[in-house]
Amino acid sequence: MATADGGAYSYSLTVFSPSGKLVQIEHALAAVSSGTTSLGIKASNGIVIATEKKTSSILIDDTMIDKVSVICPNIGIVYSGMGPDFRVLVAKARKSAQAYWKIYGEYPPTKVLVQEIATIMQQATQSGGVRPYGVSLLVAGWDITRGPSLYQVDPSGSFWAWKASAIGKNMVNAKTFLEKRYNDDISLEDAIHTALLTLKEGFEGHMTEKTIEIGVITVPSDADLAAGKIEGTGRVKPTFRKLTEEEVRDYLAM
Amino acid sequence: MSIMEYNGGSVIAMVGKDCVAIASDLRLGNQALGISSNFQKIFQMTDRIFLGLPGLATDVTTLKETFRYRVNMYTIKEERELEPETFAHMVSSALYERRFGPYFIEPVMCGLQKTHTGEYKPFIAATDLIGCLNFAKDFVVAGTASTKLYGVAEGLWEPDLEPEDLFETCAQTLLNAVDRDAYSGWGAEVYVLTKDKVIRRTLKGRMD
Repeated sequence: MATADGGAYSYSLTVFSPSGKLVQIEHALAAVSSGTTSLGIKASNGIVIATEKKTSSILIDDTMIDKVSVICPNIGIVYSGMGPDFRVLVAKARKSAQAYWKIYGEYPPTKVLVQEIATIMQQATQSGGVRPYGVSLLVAGWDITRGPSLYQVDPSGSFWAWKASAIGKNMVNAKTFLEKRYNDDISLEDAIHTALLTLKEGFEGHMTEKTIEIGVITVPSDADLAAGKIEGTGRVKPTFRKLTEEEVRDYLAM
Repeated sequence: MSIMEYNGGSVIAMVGKDCVAIASDLRLGNQALGISSNFQKIFQMTDRIFLGLPGLATDVTTLKETFRYRVNMYTIKEERELEPETFAHMVSSALYERRFGPYFIEPVMCGLQKTHTGEYKPFIAATDLIGCLNFAKDFVVAGTASTKLYGVAEGLWEPDLEPEDLFETCAQTLLNAVDRDAYSGWGAEVYVLTKDKVIRRTLKGRMD
């Protein structure tokens, strides 16, 4: 017996316990639920993803912490769980997006990138000598085929599309809160406010532009789509962006 | 003798009004010796993408199968239809992957591209044997008769041709160009693609 709780099945994660569980994946989910809360809401004209940014000491320079990451111009992600694992996944996701661009001359649709990330996370549950990623992700993206979409990816490699979801410490409460607040024709502006209200529910400490990070998908207008690639750069206008500290401050003040 | 001229053959694609056309000859040769007069070089990749593969015959067969595989995998994995422009990039990257031991093929493709408003826009493109893309607005040519095809197409093509007129322009351009090329000819086939139908016609040509 290795430990009291997981027994002999808690070390080698490629071995099922007699009850059909992979204990290491459960531990990874535990790591996620002790992480800071993150959430995402899909609005009629965009998506908002937001997270609480917590530092263990006031001496830490929090301007250097990035919890919302741009993967490619149309996709951004946020996480709950272990920061270092997230960084590795971001690097892999970005690489995958660029590899896709090299083949097809366009960035991947959200679903394809999510499948790609989920595959990487699944592999960590079946390979020898590794542990699962200790993160859950919320992936927000826009593409021409499916429009705006919001996905959650878990350490097991499973993923779902959500209208709104929360991960991390207060996920149960936050999801209940979102269920009450959500409707199908919520605007992006309202969604951002709902996101902040939801975060506020379980927030420890003071909510400021330093302790909140927000990323948004803005659905491009018909004019944007008709314009196509921007003259000179040959790129299309990005649909995902992170809000600046100033913008976050303005939303908090409202 | 260049390997590009070993089997002979030529392809041309043209843009019309809400339609595109692609045409090829049907000859397969062994240098100057004619082997077959029904060797297809044009393949339908999706409902609205056609691909022409002039060049070394063995690579025609290989690439036809490669792209069939890649298009099917794309459609299944992404659960959406492949757009012509995306297909062109797929062709380009597949060829550049073999930069230093290339397939001896200069692909020509045409299709109808879905716009964000849901309409269809004519699309043509061609690449060289290592995948350098050429997105033209009028016509693209490739194969052993390419120099002649340029000449005739420059003279016959005009903008906004209706499907039947585009067919005639494309067919006449090809037939007359391949008559000035010993390695192309022996009959031809023409495809005209509109938003609701595909017209395919086989043409007789000079057999000398």
